[in-house]
Amino acid sequence: MSTSTSNAGSAAGSALRRGRRRPVDSTVKVLLVAAALVSVATTIGIVIALAQPTVGFFQQVSIVEFVTGTSWTPTFAQKAYGVLPLVAATLTVTGVALTIAVPLGLGSAIYLSEYANPRTRKVLKPIIELLAGVPTVVYGFVALFALNPLLQRWWPTDNGPAFQNLLIAGIAMGIMIVPTIASISEDSMAAVPRSLREGAYALASTKMQVSTRVVVPAAMSGIVAAVVLGISRAVGETMIVTIAGGLTSDRIVLNPLEGAATMTAFIANISSGDIPVGSLDYDSVFAVGALLFLITFALNAVSIRMVRRFREVYE
Amino acid sequence: MSTPTITTETRPDSSASGDALTQRRSRPGEVAFRLAMQACLLIAFGVLAALLTWVLVKGWNRLDSRLWTEMPTGLASRLDGAGVQSALVGTLWIISLVALICLPIGILSAIYLEEYADNTRWYNRLLELNIQNLAGVPSIIFGILGLGIIARALGLGFTVITAAIVLSLLVLPVVIIATREAIRAVPQSIRHASYALGATKWQTVSRQVLPSAVPGIATGSILALSRAIGEAAPLIVLGAVTFITFNPDGLDSGYTALPIQIYTFITRSQSEYTELAAGAIVLLLAIVLAMNSIAIFVRNRFEKRW
Repeated sequence: MSTSTSNAGSAAGSALRRGRRRPVDSTVKVLLVAAALVSVATTIGIVIALAQPTVGFFQQVSIVEFVTGTSWTPTFAQKAYGVLPLVAATLTVTGVALTIAVPLGLGSAIYLSEYANPRTRKVLKPIIELLAGVPTVVYGFVALFALNPLLQRWWPTDNGPAFQNLLIAGIAMGIMIVPTIASISEDSMAAVPRSLREGAYALASTKMQVSTRVVVPAAMSGIVAAVVLGISRAVGETMIVTIAGGLTSDRIVLNPLEGAATMTAFIANISSGDIPVGSLDYDSVFAVGALLFLITFALNAVSIRMVRRFREVYE
Repeated sequence: MSTPTITTETRPDSSASGDALTQRRSRPGEVAFRLAMQACLLIAFGVLAALLTWVLVKGWNRLDSRLWTEMPTGLASRLDGAGVQSALVGTLWIISLVALICLPIGILSAIYLEEYADNTRWYNRLLELNIQNLAGVPSIIFGILGLGIIARALGLGFTVITAAIVLSLLVLPVVIIATREAIRAVPQSIRHASYALGATKWQTVSRQVLPSAVPGIATGSILALSRAIGEAAPLIVLGAVTFITFNPDGLDSGYTALPIQIYTFITRSQSEYTELAAGAIVLLLAIVLAMNSIAIFVRNRFEKRW
């Protein structure tokens, strides 16, 4: 693994330098450490930026109301601060997105890794990476102006999807996540040693059996990491849900054909207006941000652990 | 192939052996599975291609010089003579600053982690975990960091420099992770040879390791910058959603940027705004996809295989 090789490098280096320290080398090291500390400062900055107003928020709103309340109306005259509507909308959009992205992404990865000939793969892999770079505001735009009119036209019953709705935001988000899931899953499938496949073929397995019973299980931690990363991106994605997902937050919306504000959409919406610093509305942005940060932090921890596991097994 | 690259070598060539096995007796289930997997790929990327084509068609009427010679307007009546010049210039300002701030910090951090840090120490492991976690923090949270700390506490306000710092911090992990991978790919033997010739650590890093890692670093850097160009969420939190009809003239100037301008157009209901948004999206996509293509090309063409 990588850690052992770079360890060897620094060990050898320090052995050589021992005895005569050079001023250039030690100055450089200070500079390098300073650069590395910027990312630490970023995390500390995020925690401070979130913590201070969040504490202020919870001095006025009880945590119990925040966690269990079913109405989120900071901009109404009758203010209520129950975060569940925002969480429910976030979960709904994420659920729709994953329903689309996981099968399509995984299928694409299996095809690329097991079926496509090397030349096709060589062309397609960069294209997938390229598409992973499409800005999210673009997905929001096509969701609202291209996908939703189609959905409304084709909807079989009368009470079809609203102008902004969670379903269309979820679909657009699913399309957005496919390249990420496909790319990472394909990497982990490519890391499965050839000998495992050959062993299975020697036992008269068919190609489908090798794909589904050998390659996918062997690459499972990478696949799980890809899916978790997909969830994390869906939960934290802002532009698609702000543009196409709707604004309702005064009640829990479970019907994906209706619009509702997710956590990120609320933050984006309220901060595009003018909010007085120090007001409860201002602080509520940070409280929701803190919750979002905690959720994605947990998801990232799972994903990092999974990626590390599949790297350790085969690389 | 006479010179097999690493990618084709390490990838198991299962397709060849598999084909031989399935050719004799192709079972219906096998064929169906293969087609299903192929369909996944075609659906996912076909839909995306169709949508991007739709944007191009939608914005076709607006794809002329007005886009970069004219300013945006909030008045629907003047929309015919409107463009996104201030947003384009704002994006160029921001991205140049991001390159200046983010690339040196990112590359130096990566050098520290790969060449200097002792990975057995808890603080270095923590540093590494911290960067991996930052890579997954939603971009809107970086907007909150910018709002609470950089704009308000440090008093930089809602200016070009605030936006550039926030976006720099946002894409910093991308640069660090890519640079580390590039440095890691340089074989130990190069370093040992350099030390054997009496070079110091920094001489080895700066004259042997870094030059060999340049293609990988360049790829990661370009991808990071292109991501920063497309980001809208943090800038929304930083209050950039207004019609700005002037180009930024300094670090402390107000600004707008392409993705933000597109969002502003989208929130207007008139269909002329939709067309202008589509035109601006084509411009944004052209910039972002061109940068990503260059990055991928650099990696595939210039990366050394040891």
